[in-house]
Amino acid sequence: MHVPDGFFNAVTSISAGAVAAAGVAVCLRGARRELDDRTAPMAGLVAAFIFAVQMLNFPVAAGTSGHLLGGALAAILVGPYTGVLCMAVVLLVQAVFFADGGLTALGVNISIMGIVTVLVGWGIFRLVTRVTRSRGGITAAAFLAALVSVPASALVFSVLFAIGGTAPIDPMAVAAAMGGVHVLIGVGEGAITAVTVGSVLAVRPDLVYGARGLARPLILRGAEGESTTVGVPEPVVATRRLKPFLLGGVGVTLVLAGLVSFFASSSPDGLEAVAENKGFLGQASDHHFGAWALADYGEVGGIPVGVAGIIGVGLVLLIAGAVAYAARGRNKIKV
Amino acid sequence: MGAGHHHRLYLPGDSVVHRLPPQCKLLAVLAFAVVVVATPRERFWAFAGYAVLLLAVAVVARVPPGYVARRMAIELPFVVFAFLIPIIGMGERTTVLGLSLSVPGLWAAWNILAKATLGVIASVLLAATTEPRVILIGAQRLRLPSLLVQIAMFMLRYLDVIVDEMRRMRVARESRGFAARDFRQIPVIARSAGALFIRSYERGERVHLAMLSRGYSGQMPIIQDISASARQWSAALALPAVALAVLGLAL
Repeated sequence: MHVPDGFFNAVTSISAGAVAAAGVAVCLRGARRELDDRTAPMAGLVAAFIFAVQMLNFPVAAGTSGHLLGGALAAILVGPYTGVLCMAVVLLVQAVFFADGGLTALGVNISIMGIVTVLVGWGIFRLVTRVTRSRGGITAAAFLAALVSVPASALVFSVLFAIGGTAPIDPMAVAAAMGGVHVLIGVGEGAITAVTVGSVLAVRPDLVYGARGLARPLILRGAEGESTTVGVPEPVVATRRLKPFLLGGVGVTLVLAGLVSFFASSSPDGLEAVAENKGFLGQASDHHFGAWALADYGEVGGIPVGVAGIIGVGLVLLIAGAVAYAARGRNKIKV
Repeated sequence: MGAGHHHRLYLPGDSVVHRLPPQCKLLAVLAFAVVVVATPRERFWAFAGYAVLLLAVAVVARVPPGYVARRMAIELPFVVFAFLIPIIGMGERTTVLGLSLSVPGLWAAWNILAKATLGVIASVLLAATTEPRVILIGAQRLRLPSLLVQIAMFMLRYLDVIVDEMRRMRVARESRGFAARDFRQIPVIARSAGALFIRSYERGERVHLAMLSRGYSGQMPIIQDISASARQWSAALALPAVALAVLGLAL
């Protein structure tokens, strides 16, 4: 599913690049909390592991086989921040060294296959483990997380394709085809992720990040029969300086969306200009969402471009906030 | 199993392209890819010009065409997809060799094929003329976050080790008569993946401790001077500059 150069138009590629850069920046900060000073060596090895696991082809249905994306697996094994970093590095290495996925499409690839799979996978994993805390529950949560993360990624791809794809295919057909195939792949991904997590849990439960805090506390029994419970240290959540950072990020994004888009879209883009010159712009079929008030970034509904940008950012923030709320730390309640 | 130190992606050589500092080459390839993607798809001559440019780079760097062709196999899935676009595309249709094809679909297929192929060739040439580790040092010079660069460096360093480990596990499975035929074999594959994760992670912990005991402080020492002179910059950026000139001519 690595998107090559030229598959999405320039605006979509650049926007996805900005989203990917922001996401990776947040994860660079978060990963230090998950792995402390071991971040670079451990994340590097996990990235190499993900790269190797992506080579594992598994049979999906008669004749077709899929390969693991690994986003949900990485999130459950090493935590969401490190998971995104590992996926980003894997995709970067694949693009630069193996020419798998275009350099200009790197932002799209990191957003779709890194950020979306990890966010969705981790969110669902946390939702399910909130209900059950047993080993079987974790395995089931891993299955569901991986199962949903793959079609979710395919769905985001379809949405991006509808916005900025260069091929004239009915966006609904793309969504249906991508969704259908990726539900099947998702079942395979879910099965592999669940059994992988389960087998790691059986041998080294301390290595599964998603199972932290679910282990029973250590009980020391003395010679006189007395027993002391050694509490499992709760991971400390550092929220002190995160707030100004987040607010700053939201502010910059809103300013960019609101102001810069005024300058950016005052003239038709290169392709539209050429299309107009050549007189075939009228042949292009209208977009499916062309009647929406926000279509063409607001030019149809009479909404100013900047406002449309801000509404878009707000929508994205709402969705991201909902996912983050679902995935937020449980340990804060306990303290 | 005695893999050499040179990654198989890298073709050792001593051409002008090989000697250029990595940050110049990275920026040149990136800028080239941007120019290619920004080119309107109707400008056939521009794409021919880009192809000639890449051919010139390959000749100067002495990268054999067979090597580039073999590495381009990575693009195949999207080539298949590109051939499907005219068949399932919307819009006005035309008939070619008895097949009803969509005209915008044909344009889109050409667009994706041309741009993706040029991008892949440029990346292949970059990887063939620059050692992977050096590319990452170049990326750090271009202000990519150093933590990200370090993760990528560790990944590259252990990639062969872990892929080899996985290959040995596969050989062990298959020598016991295992073949992944359908869904029922997934648990076996997944348990191998679990074992691979534990082995990788434990190896990582050992390596980290070994590095700490040798004075690792969170930064890898860079013992190679890779600062670039103005002449090297201009030599590297000639590629996107000429590409931009071609684009200007074509428009």
